[in-house]
Amino acid sequence: MSLYLDANATEPLRPEARDAAIAAMELPGNPSSVHADGRAARRVLETARARVAARFGASPRDVVFTSGGTEASALAVASLRRGRRVLVGATEHPAVLRAAEGAALLPVLADGTLDLEALGSALANGDPALVLLMVANNETGVIHPVTEAAALCRRHGALLHLDAVQAAGRIPLDAVALGAETMAISGHKLGGPKGAGALILRPGLELAPLVAGGGQERGRRGGTEALPAIAGLGAAAEAADPAASARLGPIRDAIEAGLGLPVAGAGASRLPNTSCVALPGASAETQVIALDLAGMRVSAGAACSSGKVARSPVLAAMGLGELAGSAIRVSLPWNTPDDAAEHFLAAHAAMRARLRAEDRGSAGQG
Amino acid sequence: MSGGVDSSVVAGLLAEQGHEVIGATLQLYDHGAAVQKKGACCAGQDIHDARDVADRLGIAHYVLDRESRFRDAVIADFADSYARGETPIPCVRCNQTVKFQDLVALARELGCEALATGHYARRTDRPGGPELRRAADPARDQSYFLFATTRAQLAFARFPLGDMPDKAAVRREAVRLGLAVAEKPDSQDICFVPQGHYHDLVAKLRPDAAEEGEIVDESGRVLGRHQGVARYTVGQGRGLGLSRDSGMRVASLDPARRRVVVAPARAIPVAEVPVGEVNWLIDPPQAPFRAEAKFRAREVPQPVTARWDAASARLVVTPDVPVISAPGQGCVLYEGDRVLGGGFIRASRAATVDAEAPAA
Repeated sequence: MSLYLDANATEPLRPEARDAAIAAMELPGNPSSVHADGRAARRVLETARARVAARFGASPRDVVFTSGGTEASALAVASLRRGRRVLVGATEHPAVLRAAEGAALLPVLADGTLDLEALGSALANGDPALVLLMVANNETGVIHPVTEAAALCRRHGALLHLDAVQAAGRIPLDAVALGAETMAISGHKLGGPKGAGALILRPGLELAPLVAGGGQERGRRGGTEALPAIAGLGAAAEAADPAASARLGPIRDAIEAGLGLPVAGAGASRLPNTSCVALPGASAETQVIALDLAGMRVSAGAACSSGKVARSPVLAAMGLGELAGSAIRVSLPWNTPDDAAEHFLAAHAAMRARLRAEDRGSAGQG
Repeated sequence: MSGGVDSSVVAGLLAEQGHEVIGATLQLYDHGAAVQKKGACCAGQDIHDARDVADRLGIAHYVLDRESRFRDAVIADFADSYARGETPIPCVRCNQTVKFQDLVALARELGCEALATGHYARRTDRPGGPELRRAADPARDQSYFLFATTRAQLAFARFPLGDMPDKAAVRREAVRLGLAVAEKPDSQDICFVPQGHYHDLVAKLRPDAAEEGEIVDESGRVLGRHQGVARYTVGQGRGLGLSRDSGMRVASLDPARRRVVVAPARAIPVAEVPVGEVNWLIDPPQAPFRAEAKFRAREVPQPVTARWDAASARLVVTPDVPVISAPGQGCVLYEGDRVLGGGFIRASRAATVDAEAPAA
């Protein structure tokens, strides 16, 4: 029995996305070519653009395709920064933190949500700012008060970039209504193939490219578009209906109720699929390995490319430093089976029993 | 699995025998910082190699972040040991803590039946419990570095390379198993100081060990100056700045007074070696007994008489012929191939100059 429960790392491919990506791969043309094959490729590209725009309340002309969420945020920061001081949430993803080195950190409250008071006073004191915020946190699923943050930014003449990589497809998102300058999404976090993402712009916003190349994407991102991945992104965006994702909430809640363990951000509004749950006294690393060997694919902290299980700064920022070493993340994918909680709870109980037995054993030897 | 050929072959052989093998690779230090290359990944090539080997073998594999544990248990101890005027052996500390303490605990938590490593040593089961023995290949034998392994840890450990006739045979196994690391060169330096500049690291962690001071003879007469006690080890003749034919060697280190004490070469060997932090792989001996001992990794065992005082937890080893012994190194007792126990050498020569030194 194996269960993939690491959706926040990447969602399993949706069948609609697979079909669209394979169909796009079969096309010989380059979307920039003037001939019939070029036009056919361009049609696929623009269909994907329209689908992404429709899902996120934007106009197709304001959707810029990139290689993924990281590039989308980097493009936004590079373009919007222009001498502004940068304020960034304390629990942001490295994709955003590393795009804005030297930025001032905005604290979060104990429940993991952005401290709006701190944001207000940071905006009131100092030069015009660029604010970088995630809509929902990758490790805890905590949803930040971005509408309120956007209002504060407007009042103080600050620009706002939203990292909506985890929220996209899981809760309703309307880029225009949120009032941000830019919003980043990632294809594979929606159930599309890896290798495509998008930056969604406020209507009328002009953007300088990071890579000018041949002027693709209306001059905002050069380089021939990764058509199969983008076609898959479009299909995934269309298929990723947040209403369907609400189905995951009860499964997640059943897991948390069954475990009866401390949950990070439990008091906050959270993504329905995410649970960051601690087993005090047991290292997150041991839990991830033990659960993996039992077929349960979960994670802890932020995945590093080296593969090591690193301690997360997110929980420390929430004042839960003592739990940071013992918390794992269970994140349910779009295709989670209905009986997932049952299987996960059984594997977790078996792990706990063994850890307890081992504890007693080593105490006896000491 | 370090990513080297030895542990890779161990994993391959055990997987081939049908065991459920779980690969574990320790990330012990930030590789990017260690090679002082900005932007270099925290994981070195060795970690990538280990992952590739595990993938090739089709076994589960995990990279374990042990940076803070290694910093506290091994690197800090390494620097502190130098600052105490000793010559540390970090590989023993690493085996003792990060490897055999922590990995055995993790393996048990995961329900494993054994911890296998690529060490060149042998473990034989006897009615009285498992015994630790030298590897078949004397050139590769690492039993000296395993003296701090407890009997309970040894019971759980497996050393599949212990019977290999030589390294070439291990490399042949790697080729046979289709492992890309088959021709990888052996690691040489202390792993966390890849360029071998251990002194810079010690100076950063313990600046006191890098402060210059006096070189004196055993009567306290000043013969010269040195650039930090951490640069010296007992028995060393070079780097003293004394004339080549002075015949003087380092006799002891006096870090409190930042002094390197030298003596004529013939006066360096000691008749008795005190040993602390002793780990017995036999029942602790009640009476003095004859054995052989190694006082450093690369030497032939010497015949000795060992006396264990359980009350003070001190071992005193009396070699038949006086030996050069550097505090901080291991003293490992053997009976033939078998490791009986071992500990860390303590200073045998009190700072003898204290009493006789002329008042400043």
